Amino acid sequence: MESSGTGRKLLSLVLLIGGAALLVGSLALDFMGNRASYRGPMLVIGVACFLAGLYLFPTLTRHKDIINFLFLIPLLFTFAVTVIIPLCLGIFYSMTDWTGIQYTKFVGLGNYITMFKEVSFLWSLIITVLFVLFNMILVNLVGFALALLCTSRLKGVGFFRAAYFLPNLIGGIVLGYVWQFVFNNVLIQLSSNGVSLLSNTPTAFAAIIVVYIWQYAGYIMLIYVNGLVTVPGDVLEAAAIDGANAFTTLIRIKIPMIASTITICTFLTLTSAFKQFDVNMALTNGTGSVQDFMGQYLTNGTQMLALNIYNTAISKNSYALGQAKAVLFFIILACVSLIQVRVSNKKEVEM
Amino acid sequence: MKTKMKTSEFVIVMVIAVAVALYTLMPFILVVLNVFKSATSIVADPIGMTGASIGQLMTNLTNVINNSNFSFWFAFGTSALITIVSLILLALFGGMAAWVICRNKTKWSTAIYMVFIASMIIPFQVVMLPMISTFRDVGNFVGLPMLQSIPGIVFAYCGFGGAMTVFILTGMVKTVPYDLEEAAAIDGCSYEGIYFRIVFPLLRPSVVTVTILNGMWIWNDYLLPSLMLGQNGKVKTLPVAVQAFVGSYVKQWDLILTAALLAMIPMIIIFLIAQKQIMSGMVEGAVK
Repeated sequence: MESSGTGRKLLSLVLLIGGAALLVGSLALDFMGNRASYRGPMLVIGVACFLAGLYLFPTLTRHKDIINFLFLIPLLFTFAVTVIIPLCLGIFYSMTDWTGIQYTKFVGLGNYITMFKEVSFLWSLIITVLFVLFNMILVNLVGFALALLCTSRLKGVGFFRAAYFLPNLIGGIVLGYVWQFVFNNVLIQLSSNGVSLLSNTPTAFAAIIVVYIWQYAGYIMLIYVNGLVTVPGDVLEAAAIDGANAFTTLIRIKIPMIASTITICTFLTLTSAFKQFDVNMALTNGTGSVQDFMGQYLTNGTQMLALNIYNTAISKNSYALGQAKAVLFFIILACVSLIQVRVSNKKEVEM
Repeated sequence: MKTKMKTSEFVIVMVIAVAVALYTLMPFILVVLNVFKSATSIVADPIGMTGASIGQLMTNLTNVINNSNFSFWFAFGTSALITIVSLILLALFGGMAAWVICRNKTKWSTAIYMVFIASMIIPFQVVMLPMISTFRDVGNFVGLPMLQSIPGIVFAYCGFGGAMTVFILTGMVKTVPYDLEEAAAIDGCSYEGIYFRIVFPLLRPSVVTVTILNGMWIWNDYLLPSLMLGQNGKVKTLPVAVQAFVGSYVKQWDLILTAALLAMIPMIIIFLIAQKQIMSGMVEGAVK
């Protein structure tokens, strides 16, 4: 016992000192501009040794704190590097002339002004809002109808639920191309004039909505089913005895009793429709002509906000402008989420 | 209690259900139908069975799998590796963080928890551009490849999935009785041992939920890997490979549909095996 104690003490000390040495050494190399390929692995091994030394550190009183630290640090570190730091940098970059690599000067709100003068961006903003509104209503209606269908006494409910949910499993890119095939090669044969729905801006926009409902309604259905089965059977029975028909039961009992589920689904469809990117990219890639919008001819007829941000930054190489648009995107989503929290808190008080 | 449905009503409901199911499955059916055909017969007749043969399916499959732009097995392996490693790390680190946050009610742990919760509203679009440049700069500075590398992507997924994972797992940790942990401590279990031997096994139901939610997202994600790996980089995940492949074979529907089928099959197989868990996991994630 005694010897293992000293062994542990020694090991801890060696690991701590060795780890710290490797860490400092590799950082020193970095700062001196050394480009040796071993400095990366050196840093990783240094950090690992240091943490292991910390874990073995011979103390009883502080052991709990050390473990707490070690348990939190992996997630906190990755989270800080991938979310918090980029978010702060992003808000800062949106006010500079950032090129994706460096910036030379601070331009204040210049990018935001440019953004609102860009007609194609305003168009994206408008159709995104339209898309969100359409989807919020339609996906919820379809999802709810499917949920009613799946909770009625029908044979093979399990199969139908799985079939309706299936589209949700597949990534938007793959689905987008499959639907592009359906629109351009299959449905075109059924149409009279031989023009694909995707080649016309309004119909292409409708097509994206159709695909989105097809993909998302099954998921919303599952949440509604989950809500509907919590409606107690004796309440429904009482209603039936009182002579309520199916429609009255639905309006007067089922819908009020799943109000919180409706709130969840409404906000879920709202935020996810707002962030829609994959299907938009694969199905139309944002193309579609608009003859005259605010006196300009546009070629991005079906380009939603998320795709507009991506194209501004990646395809047109205007990183600062794209970042400014992204910040606006974030502000809108944050407002929506705050409203959601408000609404659901109020609901809970009422119930 | 159960009012008997009339036969006519039953028939109507069944017909609607079948019609909707046909509609939802229609694109999948069309894909399966057309991978048996050559490009010319797909364009000539995308609905019928003319020109369909097993031999053609084999030709399509070998063409796609051996295609250097798609490199199916490599992309599949990359996607699988990234997804599995990220899921294991998220469950492990997420559980550890959730436990520490939940069992130590200090100013710090509450603040950390609040930041995690608040960060769940941050859309990927607002952090993607600075994230790529941060990863590139940090990677160059310390000499580790953060972009175009699998560890880099796993790192990013741990960062992005962390908040949701901690949120769901914290809810579960709260239900673990504290008496159990005290009893283990009295019996001489070390502090970290309490977590790994007592708490973590009890978190299993929620670990399954977060694994499903994160798994669906990571496997299907396109934007993050396409930005980090580049469209034409060496390493590709399955969605990025599909996008790159379709880009280079515009209108070659025999190849595109076969590629789409290959990309869909793994997910569908997993769904058939774990249908119940996946559907309930998706609902739980949304309701919480």
